[in-house]
Amino acid sequence: MSKKLPRRDVVIVGFGWTGAIMAEQLTAEGLDVVALERGVWRDTSTDYAVTNAQDEVRYRYRDELFEVLSRESLTFRNNTSQDALPMRMLGSFLPGTNVGGSGVHWNGQTWRFLPSDFQARTHNEERYGPLPEDMTVQDWGITYDELEPYYTQFEDICGIAGKAGNLNGEIQEGGNPFEGRRSSEYPNPPMEMVLAPKLFAKAASELGHNPFPGPSANMSQPYTNPLGVQLGPCTYCGFCEKYACGNYSKATAATTILPVLMRRDNFELRTQAMVLRVLKTGDGRMADGVEYITPEGEVYHQPADIVILAAYITHNVHLMLVSDIGEPYDPRSGEGVVGKNYAYQVTSGVSVFFDKDVHINPYVGAGALGMVIDEFNGDNFDHTGLGFIGGGYIATWQTNGRPMETHRVPEGTPKFGAGWKQAVRDNYNHSLGIGTHGAVMSYRGNYLDLDPTYKDAYGRPLMRMTFDFGDNEMKMSNFLTDRAVEIARAMNGREIRVARRTRPYSIVPYQSTHNTGGTIMGDNPRDSVINKYQQSWDLPNLFLTGAGAFPQNAGYNPTGTVGALAYHTANAIRTQYLRSPGPLVQA
Amino acid sequence: MHLTRRALLTGASLIALSSTALARTYIGGVPWEPEAANPPQVFDPSARFFTSGERDFVTAAVDRLIPEDEFASASQAGVVTFLENQLSGAYGRGDIYYMHAPFSRGEPSQGYQERAPAILYRQAIADIAARLQADKNKTFQELSEEEQDQFLLDLSNGDVELEHVDAKTFFDTFWQDTQLGFFGDPVHGGNRDMVSWRMVGFPGARYDYRPYIDHNGRELNFEPISVAGAISQGGKS
Repeated sequence: MSKKLPRRDVVIVGFGWTGAIMAEQLTAEGLDVVALERGVWRDTSTDYAVTNAQDEVRYRYRDELFEVLSRESLTFRNNTSQDALPMRMLGSFLPGTNVGGSGVHWNGQTWRFLPSDFQARTHNEERYGPLPEDMTVQDWGITYDELEPYYTQFEDICGIAGKAGNLNGEIQEGGNPFEGRRSSEYPNPPMEMVLAPKLFAKAASELGHNPFPGPSANMSQPYTNPLGVQLGPCTYCGFCEKYACGNYSKATAATTILPVLMRRDNFELRTQAMVLRVLKTGDGRMADGVEYITPEGEVYHQPADIVILAAYITHNVHLMLVSDIGEPYDPRSGEGVVGKNYAYQVTSGVSVFFDKDVHINPYVGAGALGMVIDEFNGDNFDHTGLGFIGGGYIATWQTNGRPMETHRVPEGTPKFGAGWKQAVRDNYNHSLGIGTHGAVMSYRGNYLDLDPTYKDAYGRPLMRMTFDFGDNEMKMSNFLTDRAVEIARAMNGREIRVARRTRPYSIVPYQSTHNTGGTIMGDNPRDSVINKYQQSWDLPNLFLTGAGAFPQNAGYNPTGTVGALAYHTANAIRTQYLRSPGPLVQA
Repeated sequence: MHLTRRALLTGASLIALSSTALARTYIGGVPWEPEAANPPQVFDPSARFFTSGERDFVTAAVDRLIPEDEFASASQAGVVTFLENQLSGAYGRGDIYYMHAPFSRGEPSQGYQERAPAILYRQAIADIAARLQADKNKTFQELSEEEQDQFLLDLSNGDVELEHVDAKTFFDTFWQDTQLGFFGDPVHGGNRDMVSWRMVGFPGARYDYRPYIDHNGRELNFEPISVAGAISQGGKS
């Protein structure tokens, strides 16, 4: 029996990047907003001091910033012929918990998707003919041009360091010539590069590519954002992804938004408030708020006029499924939408080993310190005859020299023992990595639903993930890897080592926290969960933020697009929904 | 009981308030209190998980995985102490892992499907002893170095049949934990005197490399430092 609390204008579930964005935007509009976070309060000065943060055991390998699976996890299988088993430990992806969410421990690689990415089906079919029958790729129902101002808004809040390649249609020297039209330059200049990305850029240039500095949420100089919040210059400590920044140098909710938001009297944050489900009104036509449980086991009903699900994508999808909102997707019939088009990222790598007189000093790094080429992303190249669509970027990011996580050894090194130890010693400081970062298309058989066997600590069924890479991804990733090998060879090191992505997809090795889909957006309720304003087609006062909206994943890191979509949604609520609450797009 | 918003707004510029329920509600400011840092937990040198027989096996095995050369072996670097701490604590108990039944082996792509790490270690070490007793009438420690290496390699390939646990899962877990003890910060009990960091040239928990961004490939030669604040004394590896 839950206790009913006083009604609020807005309740937000999950207080990470998009929860903070929505709260800031809607409190600025004068709304009374309460955010519910399953984790605890965390802030830079008290929890992430520069003297404590650089600890591989504590943070990367004992998961201090990541979600706690003993409370809720998911089950996984590669295809419907297997029995799904629980993800007992984290591996392939690392969702966060606590205030700030996964945004606390991201690298800060902050991209815009290509204009053609938003028309993935239309664009590719026009150019290359019909897509394979089992490929359920869709247009987004929103265009790059519609999102452009909101990309800018998010980049300005974050203080992204970069170099524009396309300013109002004019191609700029030194930027990404393939990017969509930008209305303004990045708010900060690019980061100063260390040796490894310079070597990559030199080799890529020699091959005729156009390397440019990767857009970075690590500050290249002191920065004051439009909310008046200050960030300090990045110190290249090499502890970004999987770590919190102790130095106010990485854009996160805590370093860009919370100092302003937390002071507003019309905002309230409740931590350790675990939302169990979204409640519907008696007629089933509106969300009536949410139900949450405290660590003491008290269950509350928080009613609100607007409900925003801003949890990590796996939890947003799970909440939709356990709350019985919308029709769950059925891969046999292709009917239903909730859980449809789960996708991910396909990555691979090439290591380059140098002689001992070249000191790479990998620990002088930052999460988004890198040089990139975009020649083989999206539809930036002619795919005729290649047998796949989409692509990805190729880059050398010098993110870290953390010795447990990053000790490259050449081909033929023994697994362990004296030879392994010698190889680690000989190569740690004399090697670098080139990464490929590829798109994953959506397929009829890749989806999320509820598991029939396993339950979470609250008695709810775990979500079940069914996923494998498709032929398109394997061909595309191999193509990207071949291009990376060419660049690696052009670096003229001693030797290289190639790590291609293999099938089946494994949930064990870390790949990326770039899970997408399941609550996809589109232009009609038959094949999407939300409209372009991330508004539920079923319950018009319910909005969902995050990468669950992506109908398939592009060849870029998702956070830039997640942030832009959140600002776009906030603007629609402020300027349209509040005047006339109801569907913002007519079905 | 539940707090109304009005009650919370009174008088506070804000605040983690004292009662547990109140402490979880934040309005009107950025919570902050003095001396609320979250430093690392320093390892306990007296922590014990292994029995003496188990410790003999673990010591012998980690020293084949990371043997002594000019630099310390795993056990010399404190890896066994690290493992004692890890396995007798939250990691060993699997506090943060999903440990609900039913258990089933599944496909390698589905990941770890054993019980909590402490149970896995204890069972695997017993199974390994039984296996070697049955096959060779010896303990692991009684094997030659070559035989020990071959046995570990077979474990790593899943080519050893253990009675209760998956051999490859145990090896992968044990090898990762061994490396973690060797490369991790000494505050956790391994990597004594930052030996692995001096071996590879990692400076440890420094945080400002701005003067070295333009190193351009030259050697930097930092003395490492730990999150516990200790600077390496150099000296014998």
